[in-house]
Amino acid sequence: MKATTKRKESVFRKIGYFFSDKEKLEPTLVIIFTALFSILLGVGLIFLVSKDPVQSARNFVLGPFMRTYNIYYLIIAMVPLIFTGLALCIIYQLHYMSLIVDSSFYMGAVIATAIGVNVALPAGVHPLLAMILAGLVGGLIGILPAILRIKWRANELVSSLMLNYVFYFVGSYIILYFLRDRNQAILASLPFRSTFALPKLIPNTQLHAGVLIAILFIVLVSIFLYKTRWGYQIRVTGANPRFAAYAGIPVATVVILAHFISGFIGGVGGAVEMAGLYRAFIWQTNPSYAWDGVIVAMLAKRNPKYVPLSAFFLAYLRVGADFMSRRGDVAFEFVTLLQGFIILILASDKISNSLKIRRLRKAALASEQESKARTTMPSTEGNTL
Amino acid sequence: MDYLLQTKNLTKVYPNGTIANRGVDFGVRRGEILGLVGENGAGKSTLMKVLYGEESPTSGEIWLEGKSVTFSSSQDAIRAGIGMVHQHFMLVPKLTLAENLVLGKEPSKPRSGFFDLERAVSITEELAAHYNLNVFARARVVDVSVSMRQKLEILKALYRGAKILILDEPTSVLTPQETDELFLELKELQKHGQTIIFISHKLNEIFRLCDRVSVMRDGKMIATHDVADVDSQSVSNEMVGRDVQLSITKTKQKPGDMVLKVRDISFVDDFGIKMLDHVSFSLKQKEILGVVGVDGNGQSELVKVITGGLKTLSGQVIAHGKDITNKSQAIVRQAKVAHIAEDRMTEGTALAASIEENLVADRISLPKYSSKYGFLHKEIIEETAQDIIKSFDIRCSSPKQSVASLSGGNMQKVVVGREFTADADILIISQPTRGVDVGAIEFIHKRIIEMRDTGKAILLVSSDLQEVMSLSDSLIVMNSGKIVAYFPDASQTTDKELGLYMLGLKKQTAKEIEGVLS
Repeated sequence: MKATTKRKESVFRKIGYFFSDKEKLEPTLVIIFTALFSILLGVGLIFLVSKDPVQSARNFVLGPFMRTYNIYYLIIAMVPLIFTGLALCIIYQLHYMSLIVDSSFYMGAVIATAIGVNVALPAGVHPLLAMILAGLVGGLIGILPAILRIKWRANELVSSLMLNYVFYFVGSYIILYFLRDRNQAILASLPFRSTFALPKLIPNTQLHAGVLIAILFIVLVSIFLYKTRWGYQIRVTGANPRFAAYAGIPVATVVILAHFISGFIGGVGGAVEMAGLYRAFIWQTNPSYAWDGVIVAMLAKRNPKYVPLSAFFLAYLRVGADFMSRRGDVAFEFVTLLQGFIILILASDKISNSLKIRRLRKAALASEQESKARTTMPSTEGNTL
Repeated sequence: MDYLLQTKNLTKVYPNGTIANRGVDFGVRRGEILGLVGENGAGKSTLMKVLYGEESPTSGEIWLEGKSVTFSSSQDAIRAGIGMVHQHFMLVPKLTLAENLVLGKEPSKPRSGFFDLERAVSITEELAAHYNLNVFARARVVDVSVSMRQKLEILKALYRGAKILILDEPTSVLTPQETDELFLELKELQKHGQTIIFISHKLNEIFRLCDRVSVMRDGKMIATHDVADVDSQSVSNEMVGRDVQLSITKTKQKPGDMVLKVRDISFVDDFGIKMLDHVSFSLKQKEILGVVGVDGNGQSELVKVITGGLKTLSGQVIAHGKDITNKSQAIVRQAKVAHIAEDRMTEGTALAASIEENLVADRISLPKYSSKYGFLHKEIIEETAQDIIKSFDIRCSSPKQSVASLSGGNMQKVVVGREFTADADILIISQPTRGVDVGAIEFIHKRIIEMRDTGKAILLVSSDLQEVMSLSDSLIVMNSGKIVAYFPDASQTTDKELGLYMLGLKKQTAKEIEGVLS
């Protein structure tokens, strides 16, 4: 009894410490400020274009919470954003710019489809196998731009964007020629076996167990980046690759490993999306969650800890805009405008780091005052000016 | 007394929290040559960047001809008549000197509006004649000497109407003869009514050229004197804040076993220049072997070939009987070779990472610091970092602080602390005290001697001749990638004598040099 109260106390103290320590709050505040600004901008835009701005704005801002199914929808929408966001956190820790996770995610979904359609396995094991295989394929795809960069100094941003086209068509080819349901008018795969579906967390809703897998990955990636040797080596290599090599860190291995893990996460994300949400592969185009992942990872300052919050915020905008567009005269695409705005904020170091810059400057000046006050001895070296 | 250009209580804090200028009052009079001196990191460059509009002050004012001004960019400063010649020239190498001169303010042909090269050339030649700064207007920048590029930079500023010229360490790239020439030209400019701010840390230059001298230290303006009223000793004391007495005390040690054998290594750089030409030497325990030479004669390449940064074309490097020729830096470190990199900013540290992360980078894979499954032993890492911070006197508020926020001296102590606590018996030390304050220099020197006394074999490369001479037990001199002299006892030579070998005017016989192999 006593022990539990003690532990509770320390937990509370920890929470209190967290909120009193401004430095630790900064990333959270930046996300919240960015969110508020873009919501305000969204409302402003609605008032510019809508015939019934009050209703539309209400649907946009409050819509995600007005219906229970919207809340579930919001949580589900976070899942792919979390996976691609985590994958890109690792790439950005390395100070690389590869966007190949788009292919990893897409091909992960394709591989999962093949398993879901063709392989007979008991429930539980079935999606698990799909996730592992999708992860491995995603990882192998993920290392391609890294190899090109290390071997031939090819810019990984360019090569990954090009490879994304290649893998989009490879994936479409596999679906079209090996998995297509020819009874369907649209492009769709044969239906998944029933054992393939992830269990629902709440029956008769869309809320699936993929949410738990996403949470598990947030924890795993946090531990990987901050508590393991490899995470350390990735961060140091990102901070200064020349230093890393000088200190004896095997830079090429670290870069490839990081890309493999990033791709693995993307591949698992694709498989989870298939097994959680769909009964067959029905993507007509690549949903390109990697681009959302860019926003999520940048907003989270490439720290997995903040990925859920930033993914929540982005999903919230999406669900709100979707709800609004179905009930009013503002198109869903206006969300892209808001995303552009967010990227502008994030791309500007000076704006997104303004809190940190202010803190450092204040601290520096304060310590200056302090040291001035300490020196009681009158200075003999005057300025002759 | 009126100042042409003046700062009042100027403070500059960089976004990372570094205070580069603290309430600086600085002034330059019309028509004078003012010297600005201070150690590296004293804030000279920042002050000049603020005056040239490249950085905006955090607080304080700039006054020009009795009026308060603000420069939001260097364009504003240029328009107000301030010109700057940077240490690294801002020229387009493939264009001619004339084209570079008029860049941004090009003359055009009256009818077509196209660029008028002939007029650009004549403008250049007139300007050069007027100020007596001879340049080849039609030559391309890549084809002319460094000193002519510098003259072009000065002309460029004058062409843009500069009345005040800021020269940032202009002599650091010049030979003694070129320096003499530059000084004559600057005196000539002064006669034309130019005002010149001359930044340097070489006091003899200040005394030869300047009318007055301002001394900065630690971001503060310490004093300004008429050059006639002071001597270099008092100015150098002001620069470092106390009496400069850099004497090194060390006892003689008997060298132990040979631990590093370098045989016949060669290296050719990307431009096809032979930077190392069949270099051989041996290094023994309890010995500091100093490498002297004018910068760029192969010393950096020598260090890099030994430590795994560059690959040799011939020969071998053997540490403790183990062949480490052309092996990766990781394998060289496993062979118990530690290495202080010559540039702490680009190679010796990861600036954005924390002090703690920097201190354990070379040993993170050892079982002591991370488990078989890859998990970091946080407590041991923290403990190690604390120990090094304490024993190497790294001044910081927390080990989690980024290295970027440290001063040059403390940053260097991070590098030294890591390398000197590494599990190594061979230390390759390159430029241990470049750009470091005097306190840290003394500390690092003491540590180097200590390492020798505990039995380490040390190869010491430094462009500070005094430093190598006083620390080393024996010396080799390098010229054009070759060892041209070997002195088994460093105390038996003088800087004058070394100078002759460094410049390639003298060379020992092969037999004398062979002494370094045993």
